[in-house]
Amino acid sequence: MSGFAKPLKIALGLAVVAALIVVPMNFNRYGLFILSQWAVMSIAAMGLNLTLGYAGQVSLAQGAFVGIGAYAAAIMTTHGWPLPAAILVAIALSFAVGWVLGYPALRVQHHYLAFVTLAFSTLAFLVFRNESWLTGGIYGISNIPRPHIFGIATNKPLPFYYVCLGSLAIVSLAVWWLIRSPWGRAFMALRENPLRAQSLGVDTRHYTLMAFAIGSALGGVAGALYAPLTQYIDPVPFNLSLSLDLLMMVIVGGAGFYFGPFLGAMIAVLLPEWLRFTEGYYLMLYAIAVMLLLIWSPTGILGILDRYLAERRTKAASALRAVAKSRLETAQ
Amino acid sequence: MSSLFDLLVAGLATGAIYALVAVGFTLLWQTSQTINFAQGEFVMLPAFLMLAAMHVGAPFWLAIILGILMSMILLGLAFKLLLVDPMMRHGVLPLAIATMALAIGIKEAVKQFFSAEASPFPSIVPTGDISILGHAVSLQSIGVLVVAILAVLGLTTLLNRTSLGHQMQAAAQNPTVARIIGVPVERMILLTFLINAFLVALASLLITPIYLAKFSSGEVLGQAAFIAAIVGGFNQVRGAIAGGLLIGVLDNLAAAYVSTQYRAAVPMIFLIAVILFRPQGLLGRAEERTV
Repeated sequence: MSGFAKPLKIALGLAVVAALIVVPMNFNRYGLFILSQWAVMSIAAMGLNLTLGYAGQVSLAQGAFVGIGAYAAAIMTTHGWPLPAAILVAIALSFAVGWVLGYPALRVQHHYLAFVTLAFSTLAFLVFRNESWLTGGIYGISNIPRPHIFGIATNKPLPFYYVCLGSLAIVSLAVWWLIRSPWGRAFMALRENPLRAQSLGVDTRHYTLMAFAIGSALGGVAGALYAPLTQYIDPVPFNLSLSLDLLMMVIVGGAGFYFGPFLGAMIAVLLPEWLRFTEGYYLMLYAIAVMLLLIWSPTGILGILDRYLAERRTKAASALRAVAKSRLETAQ
Repeated sequence: MSSLFDLLVAGLATGAIYALVAVGFTLLWQTSQTINFAQGEFVMLPAFLMLAAMHVGAPFWLAIILGILMSMILLGLAFKLLLVDPMMRHGVLPLAIATMALAIGIKEAVKQFFSAEASPFPSIVPTGDISILGHAVSLQSIGVLVVAILAVLGLTTLLNRTSLGHQMQAAAQNPTVARIIGVPVERMILLTFLINAFLVALASLLITPIYLAKFSSGEVLGQAAFIAAIVGGFNQVRGAIAGGLLIGVLDNLAAAYVSTQYRAAVPMIFLIAVILFRPQGLLGRAEERTV
């Protein structure tokens, strides 16, 4: 969005952050739950955006990593561990599993990779459902405690919303830094042309695995926040459709755009709520809206904005050129 | 405890249905690079169209014909013109995502306009058992196998023995050259979409009496068809058939000998192994890199 002046962008960003902090203060319990869910899903989608949007590796397993994080947090916090420790374990676990899942990406690409990750997603679901000694099976894990942050209890919806929002802020800054670092450049090189990236000395093997591992780790963070948010988890929310939903969020928002996941998660979490007045039709309308959007702009919502800004820039540039040309002509 | 023979017959019958769905799936991929994530829902919907036709008073045979026609219009023609055509040039992924949204849309529409409950569906084959080699085999399994085999034979004859089939293969393998030698590529692509719609309607007719008509029943079926298509070879019709039969048998054997809890895991692990060690599928050709 380089079409805007920098101070304007900073002001806009601050306004959005301020609104996210102030406006929900008088929301009811349900509104806060939905907003917290948006923050959690944004984190998971941001992870997938790193894997898919920046590094170009298709993954249909992000939902499974949210599940891994959620179960890690649920099991640890119900056994008396503090949430930050659980988040660290969730990150480490998802990072390690994501790293291993990255290996198929070294061999196969595109749709084949999508299907390997799809199979992994189903396997993870089966483990959540069947290993009841660990995960409580179909009965799930209930009474997941919410944490005390700096001595403040976050049992009420508003404080916990701030926990989710704060985590989202930390993750956003980390991702912002990452995609501007040489790592981010290497990811994009991997997406645009793996062969060229390799010939320029980018260790594509290393970065492919890293793209999977880091993206998955963010899925784990989202899961570790999801468990205390709902305070009860069972295997159902972490089945394949969560992975598909997250993929839709990234594509609808705009894959490879920094702000894509925020928008995509907003549409996936909030749009069905806004359409709830249509009762049984809301998911149908949501599906139609997604299809129409993708027909109109396959690069997602930010793709529309991007095209508009690019057009304006070319127009401005050609106007400048015309002026310069006429000046040259009059000078002659 | 059922014997190995019974398991094999039941597995082949389910597998034959998977094969029908997987063949349609590979046809769409070959001619238009469409990964149809709604393929399972495509199998679920025709049964409801047939039920709707019977609801307004059509006899069963007429309902079948109407159902197949309607699914060819909706899942063949409309699917291609309204969703695939505008999106094809944008690449594989956005179209795949759009079909995911379509899957949600179809599921919700059926839930809303028909019913969220499972409805019984009449069988085209009479129930009962006959004895083969001293084993009682259900007529349903045999009927499913016969119809599926006939459909597959008909399709392979069409593809390999007729000029139309050769034109379709040409359109799939190299659209540019096919166009130069005068193959109406656009019409051939449309034809594969209609064939796919016919195959899923047939699969719907065969499988719904066994598993009941339910809005969510497409999820499992769609996945099984994906796996069958990839295991067999994404770019080969005979690969998809072999893959379908294999997955059907594997699924049934896994349920009996591994554990009912992890039966769904066996085809998945098999899938991962095939993709890692023989990504072109058991019967497929290695695909050239398009990028």
